[in-house]
Amino acid sequence: MPEDFLPIAVLIILATGLSFTILLLGQIFGPRRPNPRKGSPYESGMRPYGKGQRRVPIHYYLIAVLFILFDVEIIFILPWAVVLRDLGIFGLIEMGLFVAILLIGFVYAWKKGALEWD
Amino acid sequence: MIPLSWYLILAASIFCIGLYGVLARRNAIAILMGIELMLNAVNINLVAFWRYLTPSIINGQVFAIIVFAVAASEVAVGLALIISIYRRKTTVAVEEINLMKW
Amino acid sequence: MTVLQIIFLGISVIIVIGALMTVSSPNLVHAALWLILALAGVAAIFVLLEASFLAVVQVAVYIDAISILIVIAVMLTRRAMGETERQINRSWLLAAFAAFMVFSGILSLFSQVPQLANTPSDLVESSEFYIQELGKALVNVDQSIIPFEVASVLLLAAMIGAIFIARPPERAGGDS
Repeated sequence: MPEDFLPIAVLIILATGLSFTILLLGQIFGPRRPNPRKGSPYESGMRPYGKGQRRVPIHYYLIAVLFILFDVEIIFILPWAVVLRDLGIFGLIEMGLFVAILLIGFVYAWKKGALEWD
Repeated sequence: MIPLSWYLILAASIFCIGLYGVLARRNAIAILMGIELMLNAVNINLVAFWRYLTPSIINGQVFAIIVFAVAASEVAVGLALIISIYRRKTTVAVEEINLMKW
Repeated sequence: MTVLQIIFLGISVIIVIGALMTVSSPNLVHAALWLILALAGVAAIFVLLEASFLAVVQVAVYIDAISILIVIAVMLTRRAMGETERQINRSWLLAAFAAFMVFSGILSLFSQVPQLANTPSDLVESSEFYIQELGKALVNVDQSIIPFEVASVLLLAAMIGAIFIARPPERAGGDS
C-alpha cells in the first residue's frame, strides 16, 4: 500500500528539486547590484513606513482556535461517515451527541463575539 | 522489510530531542513545540505496535486519534495561556513567569 | 537492504534534522517551519506503516492547524524575545545530558525484548477496510465509545478555555 503514495513522493521530489534548481540558477547567472531601495520590504511600490514587526490582532488567534477544534472534529466524523449505513440509528445518535456537545462551544464562541471582526 | 525496532528507535530519538527542547528552551512557545515532537513520537510508537503486533485489532489507531485530539486541545489552551501571560507581563521567557513559584 | 528500508532511513534523517533544528533554531518562525518538516516526515512514516488515514490526519491536523496556531502565537508575542536574546537556559547542558540518558535507557531496554526484530505480516485487508473498522470501533459500545464522547467534552473545554483566556480584557478596549 505505500506504493499508492508513489505519485505524491514523485511530486514532492520534483517540486523540491525544481525550486532549488531555480534558486541555484538565479544565484549563478543573476546579476547582483543591491541598493537600499531594492532591499526594502515589498509594499506594492509604496514607501514602507513603521516597524515591519507590528503585532497582529488577537482575533487571528481566536479564529485559528475555532478552526483547529473543528478540524479535529473532522477526524472523528470521517471514519464514522464511511460506515454510517452499517451503524444504523444508534451510531447516528452517538454522533449527534458528539456534535451537540461541540455545538455548545460554538454557541459560546458566537455569544462571546469571537467571530466578530471589528 | 523494516524491523519494528527501527521505528521504535526513531520514535525514541524524536522523543528525546523534544525532551531536550522542553528542558532547555527559554521561550514558552518553543517548549510547546518540543511537546508536539514528543506527542508525535508517541503516535509513531502506537501505530508501529498496531501494525506489527496486533494488525487485526484497530485500537492502536483509535488511540492515535485520541492523541491527536488531546494534542490539538493542549496547543489551543497552552498558546492561549502564553498569549495571556504575554499581555500581562510582556514576557514569554519561562523563568520570568514565577508568580506561583515557591 | 531493500528499497523500503532506504526510504525509511531517508525519512528518518529528514525527521531528525527537522526536530534538531526545531529545538535549536534561535528564530521562532524558523523553528516552526522546521517543526512542519519534521511533522511531514512523521506523516510519511504513517504511510510506510500503512495507516493512510492517520497520514492524512497528520497533514490535516498537525501541519495545517497546529502549525498555523503556533505561527500566529509567535507573531502575537514577537516583541517579547528577539533573536539576539539567549534562547536556552543556563542548565541546557544538564538538559541535553538528561535527554541523552533517557535515549540510551530506552535503547538498552530494546535489547532485552526479542519481538522487536519482527517484520510485519502482510495486511490481509484493503486500506478502506481499516477506515471502516476505525469508524465501527469509535462508536462501538464495547470498544471506544467513552473515549469518543469524552474527546468531544475535551474539545469543548479546550474551545471555551482558549477563548476565555485569550480574549482581551474588557477594560482594555478591544485592542491587542
